[in-house]
Amino acid sequence: MVFEKIANLLAEKLECEASEIKMETKFSDLGIDSLDVMEMLMSLEEELDTEIEMGDNKVETVEDLVKMIESKQN
Amino acid sequence: MSFSILGTGMYVPPKVVTNDDISKLVDTNDEWIVQRVGVKQRHISTNETAADMGTKAALAALENSGVKKEEIDLILAASVSGESISPSVSCMIQNKLGLSCMTMDINAACSAFVFLLETAAGFFARKKVKKVLVIGTERLSRIVDWEDRGTCVIFGDGAGAVVLGEGDNYLDAVFHVQGGDNVIDIPQFIGKSPFFELEQKKPYIHMRGQDTFKFAVNAICKESKYLLKQNNLTFDDIKYVVPHQANQRIIDFASVMLKVPKEKFYVNIDRFGNTSSASIPIALDELNRQGKLEKGDLLLLPAFGGGLASAACIVRW
Repeated sequence: MVFEKIANLLAEKLECEASEIKMETKFSDLGIDSLDVMEMLMSLEEELDTEIEMGDNKVETVEDLVKMIESKQN
Repeated sequence: MSFSILGTGMYVPPKVVTNDDISKLVDTNDEWIVQRVGVKQRHISTNETAADMGTKAALAALENSGVKKEEIDLILAASVSGESISPSVSCMIQNKLGLSCMTMDINAACSAFVFLLETAAGFFARKKVKKVLVIGTERLSRIVDWEDRGTCVIFGDGAGAVVLGEGDNYLDAVFHVQGGDNVIDIPQFIGKSPFFELEQKKPYIHMRGQDTFKFAVNAICKESKYLLKQNNLTFDDIKYVVPHQANQRIIDFASVMLKVPKEKFYVNIDRFGNTSSASIPIALDELNRQGKLEKGDLLLLPAFGGGLASAACIVRW
């Protein structure tokens, strides 16, 4: 569920198909910088009505972000 | 009673440093800085102190207001980049203006301008003052690490000032402080104590970019929404949102999260960079002198920064 939401957010931002986004996709390869990642995180926080602290987590791929959000949700 | 803004003023030093100039100092480029921060150029002081610049902004505000400097009862100033810990910047501005009124500085980093206005409102409410000079002035170039490409591209030098008189045009304000130095930190210089055992941090501006971004966007959104609701107002009632000019991306994303058109936010970070406590009064002076404000217009001023401190206020022009 989290992956689909991220894929949709990225597709909207990059004006591409969500199906083009894979778990192993690197944000840097998409031209997505660290502030874009934070924007997605904050959009998801609002949608999921939860607060997700980034902490010292390294978020380089879509999978990193999905795992981080899922771990905070549990 | 609170106050009315009688006049505005600003001063920036003449030296302009472009992104191309900075790309000769550190590994960066114009495209990256514009995309990431929104700054195209900034003014940098070579030989003027924060107090020098604050004095010039104050004189411009006095002239704009028609108030004589001798009428000033209180000078409130903010700066994180004054040359001395003591005397305070407000003391030095008072000295340069040749006045003898009460002065004090307030340290609330980038959100200080709203803290200064709130403090001034208290003096007006107690009928202790009739005219107050409020100044945010920064020579951030002296506390920026010019070898750190993550921060040195963001900041600029300059000063903004307002003259306040008796009135009822400071409608309301909200403040939040969540103390801590892990997101934004500007350590003090390290002395020569032979007994010093703490970690020696370099006395420059340290920021965690992502955390600062999140804090700042949340600060703009939460403080603004709360304040408008408390006063039975909506963004439609506000002529301009004049936020602290920290980063174009922060302002852009706050506008997305609030669903308020970008055009409602006054932005000048492209020309001045982030000037901390000076950014809101500089923006106010530009709006004023460009004739964009009419009597009765409501302005929302959200500010946020080191502390972490955030604030917002509504003023009627």
